[in-house]
Amino acid sequence: MLLEVQDLHVEFTSRDGLVNAVNGVSYAVDAGQTLAVLGESGSGKSVTAQAIMGILDSPPGRISKGKILFRGEDLLTMGREARRRIRGEKMAMIFQDALSSLNPVLPVGYQLGEMFRVHRGASRKESKAAAIELMERVRIPAARERVGDYPHQFSGGMRQRIMIAMALALEPDLIIADEPTTALDVTVQAQVMDLLSELQQEYRMGLILITHDLGVVADAADVIAVMYAGKIVEHAPVDALYKRPAHPYTKGLLESIPRLDRKGQDLYAIKGLPPNLARIPPGCSFHPRCPIARDRCAVDVPPLYEVAPDRSSACHYWKETIGD
Amino acid sequence: MADLGKSAGDREPILEVRNLVKHFPLTQGILFKKQIGAVKAVDDISFSLYRGETLGIVGESGCGKSTVAKLLMNLETPTSGEIFYKGEDISKLSGRALKAVRRNIQMVFQDPYTSLNPRMTVGDIIGEPFEIHPDVAPKGDRRRKVQELLEVVGLNPEYINRYAHQFSGGQRQRIGIARGLALNPEIIVCDEPVSALDVSVQAQVINLMDKLQKEFELSYLFIAHDLSIVRHISDRVGVMYLGKMAEIGSDTEIYDHPTHPYTQALLSAVPQADPEGRESRERIILTGDVPSPANPPSGCRFRTRCWKAQDRCAEEVPLLAVPERFRDSGGGAAHDSACHFAEEKDVVGAS
Repeated sequence: MLLEVQDLHVEFTSRDGLVNAVNGVSYAVDAGQTLAVLGESGSGKSVTAQAIMGILDSPPGRISKGKILFRGEDLLTMGREARRRIRGEKMAMIFQDALSSLNPVLPVGYQLGEMFRVHRGASRKESKAAAIELMERVRIPAARERVGDYPHQFSGGMRQRIMIAMALALEPDLIIADEPTTALDVTVQAQVMDLLSELQQEYRMGLILITHDLGVVADAADVIAVMYAGKIVEHAPVDALYKRPAHPYTKGLLESIPRLDRKGQDLYAIKGLPPNLARIPPGCSFHPRCPIARDRCAVDVPPLYEVAPDRSSACHYWKETIGD
Repeated sequence: MADLGKSAGDREPILEVRNLVKHFPLTQGILFKKQIGAVKAVDDISFSLYRGETLGIVGESGCGKSTVAKLLMNLETPTSGEIFYKGEDISKLSGRALKAVRRNIQMVFQDPYTSLNPRMTVGDIIGEPFEIHPDVAPKGDRRRKVQELLEVVGLNPEYINRYAHQFSGGQRQRIGIARGLALNPEIIVCDEPVSALDVSVQAQVINLMDKLQKEFELSYLFIAHDLSIVRHISDRVGVMYLGKMAEIGSDTEIYDHPTHPYTQALLSAVPQADPEGRESRERIILTGDVPSPANPPSGCRFRTRCWKAQDRCAEEVPLLAVPERFRDSGGGAAHDSACHFAEEKDVVGAS
């Protein structure tokens, strides 16, 4: 296994007290595989990714429990220098907002070349050539002329390609993409997702795709982990999950999005709001919003029940949910 | 004349936009400003909105859809063209006459975090329109009126003294909607009203807007980039590209029988929540980016990214009309489309 997250807990200290952003998340990604982590704002999907990359703001954040194994080695017990070498070289991250992730006062070619200068000790001339090659690989037209341009001179789609190029520079084994296309228009989103999955195939990289968009997940993922209030509530192969969701939250999400290919009646709306992470409801954290919740749900924390050999659901009544 | 749509019947439109143009000048020099060009944000657009219907406007960033909203709200003055509200051109109005019309056209904004004043209570925010139009609610009656509005949008009337930051994003958007409803308007212009919300909350707000439309016979101009949501809420849909209307028709005509290549590309690019169809669906991946509206291509504006473009497209601006070959077909393809080579294509797998 390329990456394995085991029972990860992350907490933040805040004015409201201790906020449990991640409460025992486990997932795994293999080379060449795409894992989609689906969740709404505050579900802990990005915090988990930050913990994997080692870029968690701490303090106030703190990993209180758990392991993150990269090729069997625990990143959390590793020395600083060893960890730094893995980051960038073996795993890289693509952020949502390319404009604020790129340095506005440095040419993009310089920023791309930095990867080679810092990690590979390349000369300025070599790194510039490598930057041009990377820009060509992510299909930026006239790369040779544009290597000296600044981030603001590129369109949103092109900036996101430069981010992809930067992540790919050292041919990492794992890419974490946090909402990589959320800020983009649909036609550009299609271009960028296409490019990303093509390059992933080419290099046989593992990809963790963090998103809230059920459409993007359906298109790109092999396996999905659905997160709610800092926990994985359902984990399944993509086809199975869309066909027969085994958790009421997943089911509600799927029913609440309008369809492009037909006009529906009223949308199903999950009642209520996502919980405040400083005061997560006892028992199943989804029970106040759940249409099938019973007394037991307010008391017993549901474990991840095995639904099928490769899928699980954290609902006491998953049989009922999957059945109809 | 555009297709009338199912809810429109043969009534008069409540709002009619004719040849609307908005160019933002580009100037050079400081003392003697010389105009060196113009950003053609909206370039000759015409459409009608009928009572009780929703007209969706879709398009990518920079296509001019938000400028259309601002022009309708009289927040921008059109360079040329007319906006008729019940037969009266509102783009030329001012003073008292404009104030009277504005009462009937209200707006809901995209970002519920910045469109509500953080220093005002919810009661003051929703009641502020009454300060400007005191005839709608007499002073002693306002508090009760505001509480009624809170109830209508599904918020607890006791929250009247709270501040905006004490609410979640979805609740804030409900406050924005309540403010829009305060003056009993006939038309509400919604600019991306749900795009800042989480999926589970989006559905709640969309359902609320649906309910309010039926209850108050509102007409919505619904501007959004999410094509699935627009289909869900709209009776008719207009597709914009670089300041022009590319195609307009009923929701079935646009989604199931698109004839303009841009609409087809746009629809095919939407990721659908259906993993089984991902192999079979045809993807049209456009190359390149949207050209600058300051220097749009000659002829058809889409030609630089169109796979069907020929010499004619660079020379002749295609008119928004029912393409000749579909005129007598009576099928779903018989709707306005601005393409010389319009062809029907089912890209969303409706049939």
